[in-house]
Amino acid sequence: MRRRAWGWTAVTAALVAALLGPLYWAVLSSLTPEPRLFAAPGLVPRALVLTHYRALFEDHDFWVPVANSLIVAGTTTVVSVVLGALCAYATARLRFRGKAPILAFVLAVSMFPQIAIVSPLYMVLRAAGLLNTYPGLVLPYLSFAMPLTIWLLDGYFRQLPLDLEEAALVDGAGRLRTLKEIVLPLAWPGLATTAILTFLYSWNEFLFALSFTLGPERYTVPVAIALFRGQYQVPWGQILAGAVVATVPVAAVVMVAQRRITAGLTSGAVKG
Amino acid sequence: MAAIELRRVTKAFANGGLAVEEVTLDVADGELLVILGPSGSGKSTVLRLMAGLEEPTAGQILIGGRDVTGDPPQSRDLAMVFQSYALYPHKTVRENLEFGLRMRRLDAAQVVARVDRTASLLGIDTLLDRKPAQLSGGQRQRVALGRALVREPQAFLLDEPLSNLDPVLRVSTRAELGLLHQRLRTTTVYVTHDQEEAMTLGTRIAVMRDGRLEQLAPPLEVFRRPANVFVARFVGSPAMNVWRCAWTQTADGMRLVSPAFALAAGTVAIPQPPSGQLDVGIRPHDVELTPAGAGDVDGVVEVVERLGSATIVHVQAGGPGAELVRAAIAADVPIAARERVGLRLRPDRLHCFDDRTGQRLS
Amino acid sequence: MSPASAPPPAPASWRRHEARLAWAFVLPALGLVATVAVFPIAWTVWESLHLHDLRMPWLGRPFVGVANYVEAAGDRRLWSAVGHTGLFAVLTVSLELTGGLVLALGLDRLRRAAGLVRTAVLLPWALPTVVAALIWRFIFESPAGLATAMATRAGLEAPTWFADAVAAWVPLVLADVWKTTPFVAILLLAGLQAIDPALSEAAAVDGAGPWRRFTGITLPLLRPALLVACLFRTLDALRVFDLVYVMTGGGPGTATEPIALYTFSTLLQNLRFGFGAALSVLVFVAAFGLASLAIRVMGGDAFLERRS
Repeated sequence: MRRRAWGWTAVTAALVAALLGPLYWAVLSSLTPEPRLFAAPGLVPRALVLTHYRALFEDHDFWVPVANSLIVAGTTTVVSVVLGALCAYATARLRFRGKAPILAFVLAVSMFPQIAIVSPLYMVLRAAGLLNTYPGLVLPYLSFAMPLTIWLLDGYFRQLPLDLEEAALVDGAGRLRTLKEIVLPLAWPGLATTAILTFLYSWNEFLFALSFTLGPERYTVPVAIALFRGQYQVPWGQILAGAVVATVPVAAVVMVAQRRITAGLTSGAVKG
Repeated sequence: MAAIELRRVTKAFANGGLAVEEVTLDVADGELLVILGPSGSGKSTVLRLMAGLEEPTAGQILIGGRDVTGDPPQSRDLAMVFQSYALYPHKTVRENLEFGLRMRRLDAAQVVARVDRTASLLGIDTLLDRKPAQLSGGQRQRVALGRALVREPQAFLLDEPLSNLDPVLRVSTRAELGLLHQRLRTTTVYVTHDQEEAMTLGTRIAVMRDGRLEQLAPPLEVFRRPANVFVARFVGSPAMNVWRCAWTQTADGMRLVSPAFALAAGTVAIPQPPSGQLDVGIRPHDVELTPAGAGDVDGVVEVVERLGSATIVHVQAGGPGAELVRAAIAADVPIAARERVGLRLRPDRLHCFDDRTGQRLS
Repeated sequence: MSPASAPPPAPASWRRHEARLAWAFVLPALGLVATVAVFPIAWTVWESLHLHDLRMPWLGRPFVGVANYVEAAGDRRLWSAVGHTGLFAVLTVSLELTGGLVLALGLDRLRRAAGLVRTAVLLPWALPTVVAALIWRFIFESPAGLATAMATRAGLEAPTWFADAVAAWVPLVLADVWKTTPFVAILLLAGLQAIDPALSEAAAVDGAGPWRRFTGITLPLLRPALLVACLFRTLDALRVFDLVYVMTGGGPGTATEPIALYTFSTLLQNLRFGFGAALSVLVFVAAFGLASLAIRVMGGDAFLERRS
């Protein structure tokens, strides 16, 4: 029995190493001076420098994409969680006709391939003068963020004990007060999880950001590092530094909230 | 305090079955009506219909003479104690008690006064700043009661309030509830599956089965004159013994003949059943043990249950496979398994029911 | 009991009131979704029936019916893209399901440091795809990337990965598998943990060995989770864009170009909006069709069971 446990531990350890290895390699390389980047690679760092990071922020103003990503992802998260929570509470608890079609509709929309709506969104945004603006990204982002928040929160609200809400009703509270004073305080773990997942997806989004921004002043982080072009050769050092910077907030969120994220992913069978 | 009235209320399930079927009952002002029934009988649904948490498919619900069938729970001025207590976990006991009052636009001083008064009445005034998670089961139950009491509503709805308590606490709390009702004279509807609670607390009992109201009467009447076989067996512990008998008329009077025994009715008038057969019941407390041969039927003692306060004897009479006859006798009577005994069934203690409908034959 | 505190007045019919409130809650969200998702889809479908080439604005935007679709049917590059997408889907999903299952089984048996391992496992999934693409591109850079170095050290001849139409798939598939195996593992782990351990224990007492227990109890009970994971990952594989754009740009040439990337090039680089719209609709229909089929096969209940 113990031998088998060791076998599994070894396999799991190997898989975890395989998962973390490339990240380690990327971080290591981002701290390696340019000439040595492709020299004989070793696991142990020999010389660590911050030149790439300095270049990233000083020469290339990497703060700008970081700020853009924060603003866009943050706004998307706030809007979609607030509106999604309202909608989800209705579908989860209020009695009215049309619940199932609404949820089916939301599920269907979440399956839309992004590419399919890029061109009309592009034309609409261009006509409205919203290309290369923050609203010009937040609005398209809502197309995937809203189905996500509605679906997750609907599932979450349904899990809350119904008799608490019924007790509040019998006590004389209307639906709004019940939502505000009883449901939302109890639902905040679910709201937090939903917000975290929405933020992650928004931070990582690429296609819309690529299509709807026109210049470096509005690029988000994924676009900025993807479009990084050196003068003569691919500046891998800086690209990797940018990748690490893009990863830091994500890693921080994951480390703090890994339990919540796991719960959120499995509760609604969220699409990857 | 107003009365509650249900007029031919029906509630259908989503799949078409009926949770509540044509129930008509009334709750008099100040009485404690117990709705008694097994699980699935629709008793909780009736309560929820009164509260407005469910909408009837047909029928009317009136509170204080006013038709509230279309009204939401918020406006019915009832207070409900849920089986799970449903205390707001993120609020303190005080906040739980205050919640319903805040909707009424009382001023702060009045709210505090009422909360304090109710808390001391229930003995929870020391717990006001705690949260429900920090309370014991019995304490939570009192807070749930307090939340209802503090609102001084038109009526109280209690959904199996004692079922989560351990047996000892259950009996003592039951007595307290009875006392509370006597003091406050509040109109109360009390749902339970425990017939002991029903008998001890109820001003009247409404017995329900499969969504239908079987009998609505004061406890003693339900006990002494059950309306049908179901009520007869459900109320009273141990359950009534019931046999199918043939009714015959002889020169000495009426006789009841079953596979196990033949019983002369003597002077007791037993109505002639239309089919010639009827179901006859007798409560275990009315079955007397006699020496073998001296009673109406002989049998062999199978099980002796000594409760301390009484003894229940299960006797095999009427052939193998027949249901054991239950007899309740005094605690100190010496009796053992495998003894042969006689059972005497007093004709004046018999209950007669129609063999097809189960309804009482008077 | 004093009637000093009167209850709030009762509205005429509270069912209707509640329904109105519900729609008030629902409409902002639905309205937004309709505006940013449904309306564009409808527009795309309409657009696909027109000739709309922004490089030739003098042609206007005439209605051409299904001409774009006819062209698509005969478009070699499209069929290649379909093949690439299918290949990518098959490879990645099969590897992710297998790897995810093994990882889930391993995680299930973890007693200590579960949180730490979970964090480690989640990191690749949480990264922007762009970052994953760049990291793996870096590893597979020729001539001196890590992959080439390791291959050489192992005595193998390493191809110029990204210049080789076949070899370019290796880093692509590896990167996607690396990034999403954790997600599959998490899904399957939840499924595993939902299985009553008493079942396996009973089987063990009855004499079933570990493999038998796995195939006879674990796998069948895990089937719903496996199907869900398979469905979602296949849908995502069909829609793959970020990874390929950043890693190979579809190259060398168009050797690794999936449908989404071809559509993107057509739209935003060749500016052929009408034709690109037709391609978009085809992608949409494929994704939607697959999802509906899968939901029907698995029973719509799997998704909607908890919903009223």
